[in-house]
Amino acid sequence: MTTDNKRDLLLDVQDLTIHYVTDNGTVHAVENLNLQLGHGETLGFVGETGAGKTTTALGIMRLIPSPPGVIKSGKIIFEGEDLLSMSEADMRGVRGGRIAMIFQDPMTSLNPVMTVDKQIAEMIKLHRNVGEAESLKLAGDMLELVGIRRERMKDYPHQFSGGMKQRVVIAIALACDPGLLIADEPTTALDVTIQAQVLELMKDLKRRFAASMILITHDLGIVADICDTVAIMYAGRVVEYADKRSLYSNPAHPYTVGLFNSVPDLDSDVEELNTIPGLMPDPMELPTGCTFHPRCLRAVPECSVSKPGMIEVEPGHFVACPHAGSKRGSGV
Amino acid sequence: MWPARTRAANVEAGCEAVSDAYMSVKDLKKYFATKRGLLHAVDGVSFSIRRGETLGLVGESGCGKSTLGRCLIRLLDATSGSVVLHGETDVDVTKASESAMKELRKKVQIVFQDPYSCLNPRLSVWELIAEPLIVNRVFPSGAAMRKRVRELMSTVGLAERLENSYPHELDGGRRQRIGIARSLALSPEFIVLDEPVSALDVCIQAQILNLLNSLQREFHYTYVFISHNLSVVRHVSDRISVMYLGKIVETADYDALFAHPAHPYTQALLSAIPVARLDVKKERILLEGDVPSPIEPPDCCRFAGRCRFRDDECLRGTPELREVGPNHLAACFKVGA
Repeated sequence: MTTDNKRDLLLDVQDLTIHYVTDNGTVHAVENLNLQLGHGETLGFVGETGAGKTTTALGIMRLIPSPPGVIKSGKIIFEGEDLLSMSEADMRGVRGGRIAMIFQDPMTSLNPVMTVDKQIAEMIKLHRNVGEAESLKLAGDMLELVGIRRERMKDYPHQFSGGMKQRVVIAIALACDPGLLIADEPTTALDVTIQAQVLELMKDLKRRFAASMILITHDLGIVADICDTVAIMYAGRVVEYADKRSLYSNPAHPYTVGLFNSVPDLDSDVEELNTIPGLMPDPMELPTGCTFHPRCLRAVPECSVSKPGMIEVEPGHFVACPHAGSKRGSGV
Repeated sequence: MWPARTRAANVEAGCEAVSDAYMSVKDLKKYFATKRGLLHAVDGVSFSIRRGETLGLVGESGCGKSTLGRCLIRLLDATSGSVVLHGETDVDVTKASESAMKELRKKVQIVFQDPYSCLNPRLSVWELIAEPLIVNRVFPSGAAMRKRVRELMSTVGLAERLENSYPHELDGGRRQRIGIARSLALSPEFIVLDEPVSALDVCIQAQILNLLNSLQREFHYTYVFISHNLSVVRHVSDRISVMYLGKIVETADYDALFAHPAHPYTQALLSAIPVARLDVKKERILLEGDVPSPIEPPDCCRFAGRCRFRDDECLRGTPELREVGPNHLAACFKVGA
């Protein structure tokens, strides 16, 4: 299906390991992560705080703060080139031009002392061979595209509301027609009705630009709305990877099942939510074997010894758990 | 402005079932003076809360839900209106004297949104939970107080070994448990929960929601649960009030609100929630524009500018809450008209 089909991959992350080396110990933020993204696909990247979602995104952009961050190993193949072996100068051409990023908080990702048209034009001038006047004209076009009237292009960020600011950020990200868009929790800071507006806009623009997207979120509802494939991340690893339909109809990893059960349902009444016991492990002292085993209801002694590999439970549906498969868990 | 008769009827409808009411709020207003004029944070809301129920208060940022929650327990002084606590004698919280308020505060408590900023970083878990007991001189002996603090810690699910830890050593869920233990310390009757799970991850959020539910079952607390997350509010509430720009636009039993939302704003809000399922396809009502400014709002329906159903009537006056179904109130000219 979507994976194991190397010819049409836009992005192929292989065995990526990112550590933060601090005085108190080494934080294993991302461990042996594998990820594939096809052309025109939208991948939902789901996990809780500290799962390593943002670190992975920053790793792809090579924006990991170093020190303390270190990319220990792995390959990030984007359009046939390994980003990790690229020179810094070449990488600057990739960032913003071929891979663009939308950050969570539109209040802090815009420059407060620069009008929004200049901020968009800055990006265009950096990556395309156009003059000042032409870039400003294009900036105005981009603003209209994201639903902001051209008259407002000389306004400063503080004159816009949160939702409008996020539209400006989207305009900047799309200004150079990137092949890949990484959106890191793009609507988390917004109210639900504004979030709905922004999500509709992103869906529409993704169609028009035929861009591929990695959407980082903790909201399984947003994933259901706009993604094609989903990767569930836990403690630095992808524990389940599947196309959306397969994952939502048949979540296989115990953590994924727990995640679904923790969300209160709008259509049914339950007195008690089924929670996952315990807490996310400390990334400095990850449990041995499967990192989820201390919280897992299906754990057997061998789970604390051997690291589970990815198993294909359905075509294109991968799970890092030998006891997945049947929903009730097997009595090994 | 209004026909006097309808208005009186409306206020009554807003405070129905006074017999088992724990708290009755009448025409409560809270204005803030700003450089650009008066900000109408809460603009004339009336409702009642029944003993032992959970009233959910939902709305988007800036709709006045937190300000309202704070006025209920007088962390903010209301501009006008009344908040009457029913008991052996009725007390108006907004007008109670300083000394009466000191007693009242033992009965009404609040849990804040951000467990990172509402706890004093220099106090240990034990000191944080003991603080309300010490301030109110509840226990003459240290031994009795130590027993009570231990008891509170086990009630909210904090391990005893954590009593000498400091807030920065704990995760968000455990910090929120400290906040809850502090609010329970004086055995209150009424707790305002101001976005208690918004800062938490879904798994931790589920744990805290379960805790709040079981506490209510055991101690029969009356809750006001403030949140912007409708699925969370639906999960915990008996009744839900929806706020928009300082006004309550709809109040209904939780299931009725989700099954038959009456107000156009509620309908849009419900349709905007992303659902974590693929078998539910719903049509999304996209609202135009942003929430208008609450500074000196015009005297018309606050939602008119973004409403699909507006006409001239909506711009002529402010709709009041009226009954549109059993226990179901909505403030819209176009509903059931």
